[in-house]
Amino acid sequence: MRYEAPETTADAVALLTGEQGIARVLAGGTDLLVQLKSGRLEPDLVVDVKKIDAMRSITAEDGGFRIGAGVSSAEMSEHDGLCAMWPGVVEAAALIGSTQVQGRATMVGNLCNASPAADSVPAMVAAGATIRIVGPNGSRDIPVENLNSGPGKTTLAKGELVESVYLPARPAGSSDAYLRFIPRTEMDIAVVGVGVSLTLDGSGTCTAARVGLGAVAPTVLLVEDAAKALIGTKCDEAALDAAAAACSAAANPIDDKRGTVDYRIKVAGVLTRRAAAIARDRAEANA
Amino acid sequence: MSQIHVTTTINGDTTEYLCNPEDTLLDVLRDTLRMTGTKEGCGTGDCGACSVTVDGRLVCSCLMLGAEAEGKSVETIEGMADGEELHPLQTKFLEHAALQCGICTPGFLVAAKSLLERNPDPTEEETRYWLAGNLCRCTGYDKIIRAVLDTAAEMRQEKSNAA
Repeated sequence: MRYEAPETTADAVALLTGEQGIARVLAGGTDLLVQLKSGRLEPDLVVDVKKIDAMRSITAEDGGFRIGAGVSSAEMSEHDGLCAMWPGVVEAAALIGSTQVQGRATMVGNLCNASPAADSVPAMVAAGATIRIVGPNGSRDIPVENLNSGPGKTTLAKGELVESVYLPARPAGSSDAYLRFIPRTEMDIAVVGVGVSLTLDGSGTCTAARVGLGAVAPTVLLVEDAAKALIGTKCDEAALDAAAAACSAAANPIDDKRGTVDYRIKVAGVLTRRAAAIARDRAEANA
Repeated sequence: MSQIHVTTTINGDTTEYLCNPEDTLLDVLRDTLRMTGTKEGCGTGDCGACSVTVDGRLVCSCLMLGAEAEGKSVETIEGMADGEELHPLQTKFLEHAALQCGICTPGFLVAAKSLLERNPDPTEEETRYWLAGNLCRCTGYDKIIRAVLDTAAEMRQEKSNAA
């Protein structure tokens, strides 16, 4: 295995493109090093992206925030502007692993590891986040929900990597929330995770909503029917019930040691309802 | 296989070492530098026994490559006491009998020190969440939590006395 720590994204792309064997990008390393340790993965090249300035910072851009691929959950939690605008995304990133893991783990790494149960991904999907992919043919921005194609699988082509994630600007009366269910109080993998982002107008009517649902399908889902159930309502009990029913209907989970199919379908609804209520209350406070 | 030359700072001292690309910082600390205070428990970031700080950030040294320490400042358990004088956390861990076998102790001490540097007056709940990534199979945690909270109270008292 070779280790390289280039200082520009272009150099990282050149390294990844030129490698004939197995190449992996190292951001926080909290998934990659576990795979190395287990022997499940034996890469020929590891490209550490944390010496690349564009990947190390949270920058204000067009009223929103661009977060580099090397920015840790802990750094996000300490950024006041980001916490004020996107509290649901920050709380999702801050649920990944322990304090120690949060000191290293990144949202882009969480996304590119392509676990259906990744905590930050439903929150980013709900936020309408886009990711910037850079590769041998230049760069492109795509919606975050379009990256992964299945458990452990991304649609990145050879030589491509994700440089940053962009969380857009928000009108007044907007907020978001993320909730996950785990069988213990800390340090576990989601049985279900739900992110809800919404905007209320001056009368408290929901004018925009997005709902991301994790750990109940091969990839994180954007549940448009749940958003439709909220838009045009005051996010009252009936609307929350309808959004919950839409997420339960969208869930297509497996049985495993953390939960059964029936249980996950039920919890998908319960968490949707609760996350939407938190997002609504936060949005009211931002009106 | 070509080795990587790394220059870093460990507990305030400039340190150079050669490491293999796949060596973790934990491997380097224990096997190359013979600083065996940092323990290996799981080796996969679940137990926190290998906790160190890197540029002031608490991390698991098993989840970081040795090569990544280039130009960084690493603090380990060996840098915690001032010569023969124990850090207040170390004294309180002894007073409260907050250890039995001792394998988790360096990680708990490094993690607790990092907590108190950020938050000199943590609640019990904040302390328990901060230390959730440090596993102890002996004590049942209560003595550890009491030792940390007691240290925090004592350090606040000393600070107010000095002011």
